[in-house]
Amino acid sequence: MYKLLLCWRYLRTRWIALASVISVTLGVATMIVVNAVMAGFAHEMQTRIHGILSDIVFESHSLSGFQDPAWHMEEIRRAAGESIEGMTPTVAVPAMLNFQVRGQYVTRQVMLIGIEEATHAQVSDFGRYLQHPANRQQLSFDLREGGYDTTDSQAEAGESSRPALEGAGWPHRRMRVARERAWRERQQETEQGALPAAAPSETASPVRPVDHQVDAVLAATTPPATPPAADPAADPAAPAPPADPFRAAVPEQGRTMDPAREQFTGIVPGIGLASFPDAKGVHRFLFLPGDDVKITFPTAGTPPKVGTDTFTVVDFYESKMNEYDSNFVFVPIAALERMRGMIDPQTGVASVNSIQIRLKPGANLEEVRDRLRQVFPAELYAVSTWRDKQGPLLNAVDMEMAVLNILLFMIIAVAGFGILAIFFMIVVEKTRDIGILKSLGASAAGVAGIFLGYGLFLGLVGAGAGLALGLAITWNINRIRAAVEWLTGERVFDPSIYYFFKIPTIVDPYTISWIMAGAVAIAVVASVLPALRAARLHPVEALRHD
Amino acid sequence: MIEPSSPLLVQVRGVHKSYRSGDTQLDVLRGIDLDLEPGAFVAIIGQSGSGKSTLLHLMGLLDAPDAGEVHLAGERIDNLPSARRDRLRNTDIGMVFQAYHLLPELNALENVLAPLLVRYSMAAWWRVRSEAKQRAADLLERFGLGGRLHHKPRQLSGGEMQRVAIARALVAQPRLLLADEPTGNLDEASGTGILDALCELNRKDGLSIVLVTHDAAIAKRADRIVRLAAGRVETL
Repeated sequence: MYKLLLCWRYLRTRWIALASVISVTLGVATMIVVNAVMAGFAHEMQTRIHGILSDIVFESHSLSGFQDPAWHMEEIRRAAGESIEGMTPTVAVPAMLNFQVRGQYVTRQVMLIGIEEATHAQVSDFGRYLQHPANRQQLSFDLREGGYDTTDSQAEAGESSRPALEGAGWPHRRMRVARERAWRERQQETEQGALPAAAPSETASPVRPVDHQVDAVLAATTPPATPPAADPAADPAAPAPPADPFRAAVPEQGRTMDPAREQFTGIVPGIGLASFPDAKGVHRFLFLPGDDVKITFPTAGTPPKVGTDTFTVVDFYESKMNEYDSNFVFVPIAALERMRGMIDPQTGVASVNSIQIRLKPGANLEEVRDRLRQVFPAELYAVSTWRDKQGPLLNAVDMEMAVLNILLFMIIAVAGFGILAIFFMIVVEKTRDIGILKSLGASAAGVAGIFLGYGLFLGLVGAGAGLALGLAITWNINRIRAAVEWLTGERVFDPSIYYFFKIPTIVDPYTISWIMAGAVAIAVVASVLPALRAARLHPVEALRHD
Repeated sequence: MIEPSSPLLVQVRGVHKSYRSGDTQLDVLRGIDLDLEPGAFVAIIGQSGSGKSTLLHLMGLLDAPDAGEVHLAGERIDNLPSARRDRLRNTDIGMVFQAYHLLPELNALENVLAPLLVRYSMAAWWRVRSEAKQRAADLLERFGLGGRLHHKPRQLSGGEMQRVAIARALVAQPRLLLADEPTGNLDEASGTGILDALCELNRKDGLSIVLVTHDAAIAKRADRIVRLAAGRVETL
């Protein structure tokens, strides 16, 4: 009983010991904050990766893909139908994206993905990442009449960081076409007024800082004798032969199109390809929904040839994973199959190169994957879960967390040495009291118990204060960030780097209990040596101590 | 209070004790014999370094002799295992020191209760606590400290602290009270008060007391005086 009483009294009267516990408090608080932020970050990343990849990806080893996705989907359903919620075929090929910025052509390497607009959003979070509210409901590859979000729909409502999207859509397209036509008319007038001798050289060098496709279409419209060019990418003067396999599938082929009222096949590029945030966090766009871009891709033949087509941007895709946002480009799967020649001309059966599978909630990923691997030969098909796909990245994050935890636990261990030193001091200071207790019949174990109990109390106080501090910081971390940003005028957590608008946090009670238990254990272990020393004190010598 | 299982309460037989400090061996006690009847009041007197405090510590089980035996109520106690020694110290022996030796973190009442707090586990303490508190308060009342139960030692005078220490020594109802220069740090009047209290305990309650002092005047208050010199009992 005296142990408890004395522990309590020492706790209330020895402030120096509490000072030693501050390091435990800080260590515990830091560990809680770091773990919460890391867990939040990892979770955010996993959600995003998962949101992009669907649960299970069934793919062909070849870019040319496998034939007849419907049959494959039926087989997949037969193998593991009870756990499957939805499936959608996709075609993914590396490609080049080509667009014009201020008269200059910019080319970027992209991953061109053909998706089924009706079903793709069912197997992943794809729909959530679009910029037009109606597209988030149901994607359409038709250009919309404005209404794109001018704020980040995934961030908390804030200042409009994308004012450029205000006029995007048909209004932007009409305005651009009108401006180009006006520019072209003025150009023609100056040409007509110029020396006639300049005309042949002008036709010989058609390179002008004008959008090439509009130029092409207008050229086709003005002289009625010229054969019209539906494929604006092709040279208007030499229309492709009708034997072209992709050309055969294009409806209304040969008709002149009016870019102010019509669009090419719709395309949804990642937002990272089209925009960049400036210093104030406002997004500046290189092209907008309504603009046309060109894609160059390998065809499905052997060996692959290069195909090029023009698309009209209808929306942007923003998963906040920079790797994806600056790489993915989505187009309708049917159009891509046709352009790549993936449709068998005899049977009309299409090929795809992967099937994205979403499982029912609670289904076992690995189990379904293994069942599919048994049914489909590994030589032809690769079946993997989203975790398999992003294994190295997820492992790296886990590893980072483990290393950070070890390092931070070292801080608490250092705090343990502080407790050890201060406890030795207290034992020396309390030597006479220890003698008194022994003269009153306290056993060596009892005296040791006082100091062990004291260590336990201090550990609990330190860890408890650390818990409170850690949780307070974690729950207010975004407010703290805002305050630090306001104070220093620097961006502490730049969304353009991290693609998160808030610092994500997850407080895991299991982790916290481990941290607390570890901190308390260290405090107790640190008090063992001083406690043993106190227990071994000789009562007579202890009583003589001044 | 005293069980007369043996006619003698304390028997010290041929006790030797020496301390080493570096290369020199200091023989403090060189064969001491001492008998104490139940209810006796014995004063041990001697020069500084004559070994009187060491003898008291041996009787109080704070130290063990190098040779010789110490008996309490007929039972040899100097070679008991430490758990039994701790127990005996708690239940059968009360000690009062020159420097009071109160615990500074506890108030007067808690200091008096300390031996009982040491004796009982938490659950047992819960059962006996009101009785124990009453007994401690009564003892403090008896020594004239009824109004100072909740004062910390530093708020008390020397005489008051020593009276708290005596109350602490008595609260566990021991058979033997060992007092090591209890008046050494006190002025004449306070010292006399303490001595009066000890005499009264001996006469009224029949408590056996061993008092160590270097002051012959104080020793005269005892029934018997044992004089130590150079580690031996000096016969008078």
